[in-house]
Amino acid sequence: MKRETDTGLVSRGFRGRRRSASADPARVPPGQSVTRDFPVLSAGPTPHTPLDQWTFSIENGGVLRTWMWEEFRALPSEPVTADIHCVTRWSKLDTNWQGVSVDTLLAEVDHHADYVLVLCDGGYTTNLPIDDVTGGKAWVVHTYEGEPLDHEHGGPARLLVPHLYFWKSAKWVRGLRLLDEDEPGFWETYGYHMYGDPWREQRYAGD
Amino acid sequence: MAGTALRGRLSWRVATVTAVVDETPRVRSLQLDIPDWPGHLAGQHVDVRLATEDGYRAERPYSIASAPGEAPVITVERLEHGEVSPYLTEDVRPGDAFEIRGPIGGYFLWRPDDGGPLFLAAGGSGVAPMRAILRHRRHSMSKVKARLLYSSRTVEDIIYRAELAGEEVVHTLTRAQPPGWTGYTRRVDAGVLREVAWPADEQPLAFVCGPTSFVESVAGDLVALGYAPGRIKTERFGATGGR
Amino acid sequence: MEALDGNAIAGVLYQVFGGEMTTAQAECGGCRTRGPLAECKVYLGGPGLVVRCRLCHNIGIVLVEVRGMMCVDVGGLSDVELPAWRW
Repeated sequence: MKRETDTGLVSRGFRGRRRSASADPARVPPGQSVTRDFPVLSAGPTPHTPLDQWTFSIENGGVLRTWMWEEFRALPSEPVTADIHCVTRWSKLDTNWQGVSVDTLLAEVDHHADYVLVLCDGGYTTNLPIDDVTGGKAWVVHTYEGEPLDHEHGGPARLLVPHLYFWKSAKWVRGLRLLDEDEPGFWETYGYHMYGDPWREQRYAGD
Repeated sequence: MAGTALRGRLSWRVATVTAVVDETPRVRSLQLDIPDWPGHLAGQHVDVRLATEDGYRAERPYSIASAPGEAPVITVERLEHGEVSPYLTEDVRPGDAFEIRGPIGGYFLWRPDDGGPLFLAAGGSGVAPMRAILRHRRHSMSKVKARLLYSSRTVEDIIYRAELAGEEVVHTLTRAQPPGWTGYTRRVDAGVLREVAWPADEQPLAFVCGPTSFVESVAGDLVALGYAPGRIKTERFGATGGR
Repeated sequence: MEALDGNAIAGVLYQVFGGEMTTAQAECGGCRTRGPLAECKVYLGGPGLVVRCRLCHNIGIVLVEVRGMMCVDVGGLSDVELPAWRW
């Protein structure tokens, strides 16, 4: 670990990402600024799983339930409008999605789990308490702004958990592993917060 | 002096813009005054860091487009959804300052002792470090032969157009060409390289810089033409987190 | 978003390791391929920086800035040969 020095200089007129000046401050968590862009951030190459090979599974050591793409798309889907907050300090308001509530998916399995580990193409993972993906708080979304979710933004399907920092809304989602204890996912292992509430600015472990 | 570019403290310093040059409608060069600048090697870059009043910072690397011995110059292309490049290409005025860290880089470098023949392939703003290399070669009176293959969309997009009008530079214009254009009109492919790059048996030293897809395609084609992979240096440019 | 290469993070690597690192020879813990860090695939913009093997995509290095401190994990590399830092 190394702390770096700086000069303290502020650059005249620099304001960061193009901001939406008209955002209601009550909708913007501390340390965030609102953008109209939708930055693409990634830890690895963009997966391109063909739809005829795509599956979504719920497992707990063994596989409890699997859906193929058509079965998944046949599940009840609902529109979601959400504000999203990325830990890299940009927020985007009123994003529009369509997806299947995680409640709908979990209803098909019997479980007593307290936590989930989200599993994705490329090996990315993130962890969440079960309470934060149930009760209408999380979806597996397949449509963004009326169009099928493109690969760069996590398509064909990603998790959407808007009340937490957006790294928890894992791209290229392929399943949930039910756990009794919380287990750090990819970024959590490297120092990001296990829970990630933007309103309490829980960016890093220990915040 | 050049040794300080490879080891030693690398701290953020204040760089003041002394001149701006609009190279093309989307590309601007900034000449910088950096106190205690140790000098740089041809091909090196600097990290530029901007800070807002509320403590937000954004950092990006930019190649130094001037030769060793000249004042440091960076050349910035405005990316449509960029966070830093719109500021540097539209808002910055002489007298403005930002933080800089560098010079940095020990891989994508050319020194006269490295020899040649030199084959340089640049896509878009990837031409910036190539200008440093070509100028350094001229200033050092190197006898090494050099050729730059430079891909741009249109004539108006050619950066350093007047300086790169000599016989050492082969242009390709991939989107539109002016009337009477007799040069290449397509993206650099194996066929273009076969005609323009020095033959592999001359053991050329190649530098390829530009967007990732350009670099990967050209480097792959050069290897297929017989260039030693260890004598091809690559530097990929691109957006670092916006869309 | 296409990956960049080790050149894009040369400054960060210098800060963390104390010297020029793009010419460091890294050995991938996955496929044992050796090559300069300058030629590794680098993914930026996420909550951290991820350096992967050009051939097998195995993660070699992860860099995260936590409250102003750079944290680096090089566990994905099986060997790193530091370049000769000349004064």
